[in-house]
Amino acid sequence: MSIELKNISYTYMPKTPFEHLALDDISITVPEGKITAIAGHTGSGKSTLIQHFNGLLKPSKGTILVDGVDIGKKNTEAKAARRKVGIVFQYPEYQLFEETISKDISFGPMNIGCSEAETLERVKQAMAFVNLDYDKYAHRSPFQLSGGQKRRAAIAGILALQPKYLVLDEPTAGLDPKGREALMEKFRRLHRERGTTIVLISHNMDNIASYADNVIILNKGKVTMEAPPEEVFSQKELISQAGLELPEVKTIMNELAQNGLEIQNNAYTMDKAVEEIIEALRRKGKC
Amino acid sequence: MSFIECVDLTHIYNAGMENEMLAVENVNIKIEEGEFVAILGTNGSGKSTLAKHFNGLLLPSSGKCLVDGMDTKDEEHTYDIRRQIGMVFQNPDNQIIAAIVEDDVGFGPENIGLDPHEIRRNVTAALRAVDMEEYRHFSPHHLSGGQKQRVAIAGALAMNTKCLVLDEPTAMLDPRGRHEVMDTVSRLNKERGITTVYITHFMEEAAMADRIFVMDQKHLVASGTPREIFRDIGAMKKRGLAVPMAAEMAYRLQQKGLRITESIINTEDLVRAICQ
Repeated sequence: MSIELKNISYTYMPKTPFEHLALDDISITVPEGKITAIAGHTGSGKSTLIQHFNGLLKPSKGTILVDGVDIGKKNTEAKAARRKVGIVFQYPEYQLFEETISKDISFGPMNIGCSEAETLERVKQAMAFVNLDYDKYAHRSPFQLSGGQKRRAAIAGILALQPKYLVLDEPTAGLDPKGREALMEKFRRLHRERGTTIVLISHNMDNIASYADNVIILNKGKVTMEAPPEEVFSQKELISQAGLELPEVKTIMNELAQNGLEIQNNAYTMDKAVEEIIEALRRKGKC
Repeated sequence: MSFIECVDLTHIYNAGMENEMLAVENVNIKIEEGEFVAILGTNGSGKSTLAKHFNGLLLPSSGKCLVDGMDTKDEEHTYDIRRQIGMVFQNPDNQIIAAIVEDDVGFGPENIGLDPHEIRRNVTAALRAVDMEEYRHFSPHHLSGGQKQRVAIAGALAMNTKCLVLDEPTAMLDPRGRHEVMDTVSRLNKERGITTVYITHFMEEAAMADRIFVMDQKHLVASGTPREIFRDIGAMKKRGLAVPMAAEMAYRLQQKGLRITESIINTEDLVRAICQ
């Protein structure tokens, strides 16, 4: 099962002087149970693309299948399929709106018809997952929280919908290093423990290198690459044409190789890189 | 005399009210003219609160903040201080106000009543300094994030500002935009001697600075050159921060028994240490 996009094109403001082709004949598959990263520079079409995943935008051309169901149809099956996909937008804390945190997180589950008891249970679970203590925070205003807490409260609102596919648009932007790592680890846990499929939109390639099973690169509304990370990161030219950068670790490894260190140069995460370097130095008798 | 000097600066939000919050406590800082300093710290450590004192957007609850010798509490100096210190914030869309780039850059000079010829001259020079002259007749919403931030910087330069205070100016930008902003800031500092205060969560960016200040839970807990600050990986992690990737890699290699004696903060350092 998967989210499958078939020949999707999207034009903003068609038939006006501002007409702009934002997505150009895109066909991709987001496989179930994996972490898929979508990377591209600002304006490459990433945000437009993900809004198609649950029908927020309707494609000008093409079809979207969620677990085999065409979500563009007007029937209950299509509606159920659209609800399998939860999207956390950039800076989701700006979308908090309710008087209390628990009301804010309840909004989604109530809206899809969960009972009060079921909603409460989901709110508690979601808050526990993002480390917001229910007893302490449930009845506070979301606007009294710190920036990082607000972000987590907003994410809990989507988690309470228990989406099968969770789409995250730059989830760690503006957070400090510890906050970035803690949040990404939460998503990794969600993926491992509940099998949630994750779609990570990011231009932080080191983040992508650490977490993604599969990478899709967008440039000017087109898919320029769809491959596992090691394959994507070996294409330095294509990455740079897409306005992106190699992960810092990969850049360091390339530099070492160019300066004569005999490494295989497959590593793009810190752990593997350290292993490769130590091995190479051992072979040279330097370590 | 230092260009910016904080003496026992403490800031309490909503002092005396139920939701009173201590944000910065007893900070002493000196920033020299022409210096490039970075401020690091986790979310909520007090770094933005501190920076907002530098042009009098916030006033100390106790202690002092002096800019070019002028006390920010002294109302008669408020305008002089703000003309000398330009601020750039995280979200480019929240700080651009006009419909055309040159109008946006000219807003400040116009507001202080400069002569139209001088405004035009300042705007041209400022746009040229950030390499955005060809976009002067563009509408800001057609610009990329990096370009918008450069327009915001030009807005400060058009006021002949002596100092730029940038609060996470690259947090919302893609890699290309980040480089545009970092290159511009670093060039303005080197070529024009613009005093620069750069708040960031990206360690690689902080490594460009002459000096780094580290804030932790409302206090200034460390200051030094990037090499001094990034040497102590344990301390940085304990504060919820990190070190540049090359420094982290050097540390991991050392733990695996590789002897590295030099201090490593960037890729060149690491390549030199390993390949020679």
